[in-house]
Amino acid sequence: MNEKKKAGESAEAGLVKAATFEEISHLRERNVLALKKAKESGRKVVGTYCLYSPTELIVAAGAIPVSLCGTSQTPIPAAEKVLPRALCPLIKSSYGFAITDTCPYFHFADLLLAETTCDGKKKMYELLGELKPLHLMQLPQVQDEAALDYWLIELKRLIRRLEAEFVVEITPQRLTEAIALLNGERRSLKALQDVCRRKPAPISGMDLLTVLHNRGFSVDKREAVELLDRLTAELLALSDRGISPFSANAPRVLLTGVPVGLGSDKVVRIVEECGGSVVCFESCGGYKKVDPVEESGDPLRSIAEKYLRIPCSCMSPNAGRMELVERLVQEFSVDAVIDLTWQGCHTYNIESFTLKKHLQGGVRMPFMQIETDYSESDSEQLKVRIEAFLEMVGGKQAKK
Amino acid sequence: MLTAGIDIGSTGTKAVLFDGEVRGAAMVPTGWDPKSAGLAAFHQALAAAGLAEGAVQQIVGTGYGRVSLPIFDRKVTEITCHARGAYHLFPDTRTVVDIGGQDSKVIALDGEGRVADFIMNDKCAAGTGRFLQVMAGVLDVSLDELGAIAVGADPVQISSMCTVFAESEIIGMLARGVAKGRIAAGIFDSIARRIQGLAGRVALSDQVTFSGGVALNAEICRAIGAGLGVSLSVPAAPQFVGALGAALLGYEQ
Repeated sequence: MNEKKKAGESAEAGLVKAATFEEISHLRERNVLALKKAKESGRKVVGTYCLYSPTELIVAAGAIPVSLCGTSQTPIPAAEKVLPRALCPLIKSSYGFAITDTCPYFHFADLLLAETTCDGKKKMYELLGELKPLHLMQLPQVQDEAALDYWLIELKRLIRRLEAEFVVEITPQRLTEAIALLNGERRSLKALQDVCRRKPAPISGMDLLTVLHNRGFSVDKREAVELLDRLTAELLALSDRGISPFSANAPRVLLTGVPVGLGSDKVVRIVEECGGSVVCFESCGGYKKVDPVEESGDPLRSIAEKYLRIPCSCMSPNAGRMELVERLVQEFSVDAVIDLTWQGCHTYNIESFTLKKHLQGGVRMPFMQIETDYSESDSEQLKVRIEAFLEMVGGKQAKK
Repeated sequence: MLTAGIDIGSTGTKAVLFDGEVRGAAMVPTGWDPKSAGLAAFHQALAAAGLAEGAVQQIVGTGYGRVSLPIFDRKVTEITCHARGAYHLFPDTRTVVDIGGQDSKVIALDGEGRVADFIMNDKCAAGTGRFLQVMAGVLDVSLDELGAIAVGADPVQISSMCTVFAESEIIGMLARGVAKGRIAAGIFDSIARRIQGLAGRVALSDQVTFSGGVALNAEICRAIGAGLGVSLSVPAAPQFVGALGAALLGYEQ
């Protein structure tokens, strides 16, 4: 372990961080001000919690889509006055932010957009709807033709709600423009994450997560895309010069499972403190997000297809996730897979068994499930498990 | 080459000296100061072997306290160390069950003593040495007596896995007049079930080594062996397997 460089530890790695990273790491504060200004000039804001929210419809309605807070431990005690303690921390945190009015994006939102993904979320949304106008989409939990027809009806219902709330008309033309804009964002996000296909990765998993997290709160999509593209170019240039926070033999880890963000980054941080390099986030804020909308054909149907095929564990069956993880393992030359599941997240916790069986069946990929929450109470214990896991992966590499 | 392995666990700190064979070993309680405990175990092992500190060429630290000692040349987790130690003692070992003071783990080994997969209990103390200690306390017996009174008793069903809830459950049983021996047997059964649950998540072999201080208790060995359907290999000094593994890893470097 001693011979390995650790992320952000060496002065050299600290000095040569891509210049744009600094700018993106302060994006959140700037975005709050930009959002306030936009509101004052009459723009409408729609807050979302989940990747299933069809953002194109919000954009086509002329409103600003923003991700709402839900990745911090801080508001959880407040949420537990109402919600059961054993519930998943993401649901408790989201609700806690709302009732304590500590998420500026929630504060500025004119409408909340939510979906019936897991049981915990949909029942929490019933309570959230008492605080702010909330539109709940009934998300089917199977990915077939009948489900698609149903989902299309739900998209049309959302269009009517947005048109009525914001007194606008969502035309096919505006939908097509929104698709182009958001596909541009997806292309940019994919290009950024793909820099980690290089060995060693030119950016640490923690820094990559910071970027992915902060850009979710951006008000101006075009500006955010420009910023990300600039960062990608800088990282590729660093990589060309052989600069990386990691040494070539740092175990390359793919993180799959529940959504992670700043504040719920404990496992990413520990993996990299123990000498691993998180090269790929398969989760919602990461690679699950880069799948584009088909640009030919009926725009609304293409949007419906794109969102319905998201491989979240709330779908049954969810073969898409097995395929995606397997593909990313190859594309990112991954040495090990860590499946992060939140306590109380039944769907991801159960699906972990299926994923382990799938990954260890063919390629015998080292695999570890970690079930935890946002608190630091198990940090030392997790450190032992993660360090032992990386020792195991290192032993396998040495044997090759 | 003489190496030392020091395993600073949550309850006990163990040191083993190795130069091709075990030259000395010592164990002290960890207490509140893992740093002093590590040094004390090391110095006691040296004294037992009649060797000087300067003769040790490589010191490998493991266990929860491994971060606390500056004298370590290398730090390795107890999972890798237990696998290596068990493989040395029983070369046919393909599975290690380790129950320590505050955690329990099941480790799958490849044919060369390397970790192939492992599973560890989450942050609660269910089914660990601490669990046994608390339960012995409720029954007002020592750990040795807990084993002795369980022999041949018909085990009661203890359904709570959480240490705190299991304590309340047992207090309830005592109030109803359930015999201590039956409760003791029930406690061992509940730990065995917990290990069975963990073992279900890694590929289990029929060559299982049981390490950690809890393995000193013959009744728990019987319960776990019966639960897993195998006969366990139990080292003469099961608490030292991790420290031995650490010394071996230093020796092989």
